[in-house]
Amino acid sequence: MRDLYARFGGGLATVFLTLVLLWVAAMIVAPNLMMLDYALRPNLPPAELGGPRDVRSLDNIMYLANEATHRAIFFKTVWASALVASVTLVVCYPIAYWLAQNATPRQLGIALLLLIIPFFINEVLRTLAWFILLAFRGPLNAVLQWAGMIDRPVRWQGDGGVLAGMVYAYILFMLLPIYNAIESLEKAQIDAARDLGAKPWRIHWRVVIPHAKAGIATGCVFTFMLAAGSYVAPALLGSPGSRWFTEVIYNWFFEGGDWNRGAAYALVLLALCLAVVLVTLRLFRVNLADVAK
Amino acid sequence: MSHSVELSGIGMTFGTTRAVADVNFKVEAGEFFSILGPSGCGKTTILRMIAGFIHPTEGRVLIGGEDMAGRGPNQRPTAMIFQSLALFPLMPVWENIAFGLEARGVGKAERRRKADDLLRLIALEGYGDRMPGELSGGQRQRVAIARALAVEPGVLLLDEPLSALDLKLRQHMRAELRALQKRTGVTFIYITHDQSEALAMSDRVAVMSAGVLQQVATPRELYENPATPFVARFVGETNAIKGRAVASEGGIVTLDTPLGSLRGRGSVAAGQGATLFVRPEALIPGGGALTAQIDRVDFEGAFALVHGRLGDGSALTASVGSTDLAHAPEPGAQASFGFAPEHAVVLADA
Amino acid sequence: MIQRALFIFYLACFAVFMFAPLLVMGAAAFNTSRFPTVIPWQGTTLDWFRAMWADAAMWHALWTSAIIAAAVVVVALPIGTAAALVLTSLHARARSFAYAVMVSPLLTPGVVIGIATLILWRQVGVGGGLALIVVAQVSFISCYVMLMVIARLQRFDRTQEEAALGLGASRGMVFRRVLLPFLRPALIAAGGLAVLQSIENYNTTLFVRGFETPLTVFIATKVRTGLTPAVNALALVMIAAAVIGAIIWEIRRRAR
Repeated sequence: MRDLYARFGGGLATVFLTLVLLWVAAMIVAPNLMMLDYALRPNLPPAELGGPRDVRSLDNIMYLANEATHRAIFFKTVWASALVASVTLVVCYPIAYWLAQNATPRQLGIALLLLIIPFFINEVLRTLAWFILLAFRGPLNAVLQWAGMIDRPVRWQGDGGVLAGMVYAYILFMLLPIYNAIESLEKAQIDAARDLGAKPWRIHWRVVIPHAKAGIATGCVFTFMLAAGSYVAPALLGSPGSRWFTEVIYNWFFEGGDWNRGAAYALVLLALCLAVVLVTLRLFRVNLADVAK
Repeated sequence: MSHSVELSGIGMTFGTTRAVADVNFKVEAGEFFSILGPSGCGKTTILRMIAGFIHPTEGRVLIGGEDMAGRGPNQRPTAMIFQSLALFPLMPVWENIAFGLEARGVGKAERRRKADDLLRLIALEGYGDRMPGELSGGQRQRVAIARALAVEPGVLLLDEPLSALDLKLRQHMRAELRALQKRTGVTFIYITHDQSEALAMSDRVAVMSAGVLQQVATPRELYENPATPFVARFVGETNAIKGRAVASEGGIVTLDTPLGSLRGRGSVAAGQGATLFVRPEALIPGGGALTAQIDRVDFEGAFALVHGRLGDGSALTASVGSTDLAHAPEPGAQASFGFAPEHAVVLADA
Repeated sequence: MIQRALFIFYLACFAVFMFAPLLVMGAAAFNTSRFPTVIPWQGTTLDWFRAMWADAAMWHALWTSAIIAAAVVVVALPIGTAAALVLTSLHARARSFAYAVMVSPLLTPGVVIGIATLILWRQVGVGGGLALIVVAQVSFISCYVMLMVIARLQRFDRTQEEAALGLGASRGMVFRRVLLPFLRPALIAAGGLAVLQSIENYNTTLFVRGFETPLTVFIATKVRTGLTPAVNALALVMIAAAVIGAIIWEIRRRAR
């Protein structure tokens, strides 16, 4: 803090500190604390606020634990998000490796530009593209039927559609960190491993992946978090049988009218994501500073 | 206008490390003054205290007779040239040079004019609109000097500014710096770990070791009359022979050493442990007190260095002028060397 | 050889996966069918571009998004920059803690940020609307700005600041003339990213939007209440604008 004042002088340093405090206090800490408070209180009519029934308890969270449908949706969201992250990882790793180690600068430039194009339009439009592609009477079914791979149209909407839409929507969040990590690997290390007689899978397992673990962890953490917190993909590509936890939360707020329960559900989602972040970082032995790059 | 700089009892402690301890000296106005020492000796700390980037934990810095306590680097009549030069990479050369004037609220036309004047001074006329990245190492060096001179400082502080240049350019820049200092009359305080640089350029040199000031003297005085064993060893090549003083008379000390009785200039009380220092060029081959087994002879051009081993196993280096090379001993031979007592110095051991 | 063939097959699959949806979506904008699809092709038309052009609600949504994005940039750039400068001047211990707090919004699901913001501000009587959308978006977009500024700061040579001070500059001038110009490329990039993030955002905005309808919300509502290829036409225009922008950027970068 003294350094800050010494470096920028009183006026500027105070402005910087004020901005940062405003951000951290009013936009990060206070909202989450307030959400926590909300989650612990019952949903009461205005007249009873502050009254004898307005006490903190774990009722709202227990409600989720005991409500079979919501509980099932929660766990489905968790494993489906993990599935999204794993599938995205598998899809991205080879191309990230190729871009980072083998592509010519020209190929790299074109490939990155092409990869970023879908990300210039927003998540809703990206999902809408899949909505059109996967429609019951849509092009995918038509092509597959024409090719003789299926006899009659498949109803893609549901778990499969959500998975495809999410992998698509978050692919860049996996690809870029892994690319960055592999890019910093000296080519000579791979050559050395090959020279010593290692097979390709061993080179990846023993040289590339250990080097890229921070990038892989980052990609997985972000993809999982984005998938678990996604609302568009399940809403557009899902079916009644594939409801997502965020949809349940939304309903508490704007249809069920019980913000307290909604806050409790959101809190559980937040706790889940933080837990996944911490566990992943521990597993990969990566620290936070390496993640947010 | 140039200023004097006086350090009085100055000290600096970082945490538990004492970087500079009780240093006193005065640099006269218009002097080219060097601070010489190995890296980590505290010389950069002293320079940064004079510039005002750090404040001494004890003692005072006076510039032009005025106490600088509490004044930041932007409130002192000093300008500094950094080892990395620290040119502003995103400003064209002329804006770099005129930056200090901009800070003083000088109008743009005047700034440009001043910058062009200085570009002429450093022989880079017409380079004003280039970016620093487009210049060569020597040109960047000169721009850094012009940038510092633009504010007409009373004292110019130079932190090993030549260390990044190659040998040839470095020697050229030495001469240029020296000439520039004479022309402008500004006080230069120059930091270096390169003794030949310090000796060649400076009016006076301060030698530092481990945060302690060893000696302040002219280059010649430093070479001929080192005040401490450190200075004797650090400035120039020397041969050191340990012994015990047995007599001191008329400024000549007689030293009892394992190699016999040796004599040199000094004032050491009889009975005290002392070391005799004699320069390689003071050693005359053929007859004398020091007998050595010659290991090798390195031809260096103007002279040759004869490396040998004395009777007690310690190293001996003598230099022989190229014209006398015919008389130089051969490797593998035994040779003896003598020296005149007035060419050797005896200093008491610490 | 087989490996190479397999890899090319994988690349082809990847390309199809990435671009088939976009191609289908783009093509559907030219199909006369009232519902956006390419099967069956009922005839080629530009009517949907006309319909999009004439859609006042769409223009309003776009305008709303633009205002939000502008406000987000104006607030998030100073906050992110200040955060980066404060962080780099903290000592190791405090720094890693502050860092964790400051990047936490990136690791928080968007819906949670929206909900938490909504709940907090209801306490002080502010409901969903433009202001709240900006606040909610700034809370996490500032992180991106901060990270980009930190990355740039790591390549900054602090002796430049000392040199400027030594030449008599005030602390304010050092910041304005030396540090800020150095950060400029990062700030421009961060500003661009902030605009994209803001316009793209749906999850957070959904909860704090009140009665406002930014572009993402507008499109998502359309999907439920009556999707026409006019939306595809809009998507195509956005992609085209992005691609042209990217090409111009690349050309200018190479020219330099």
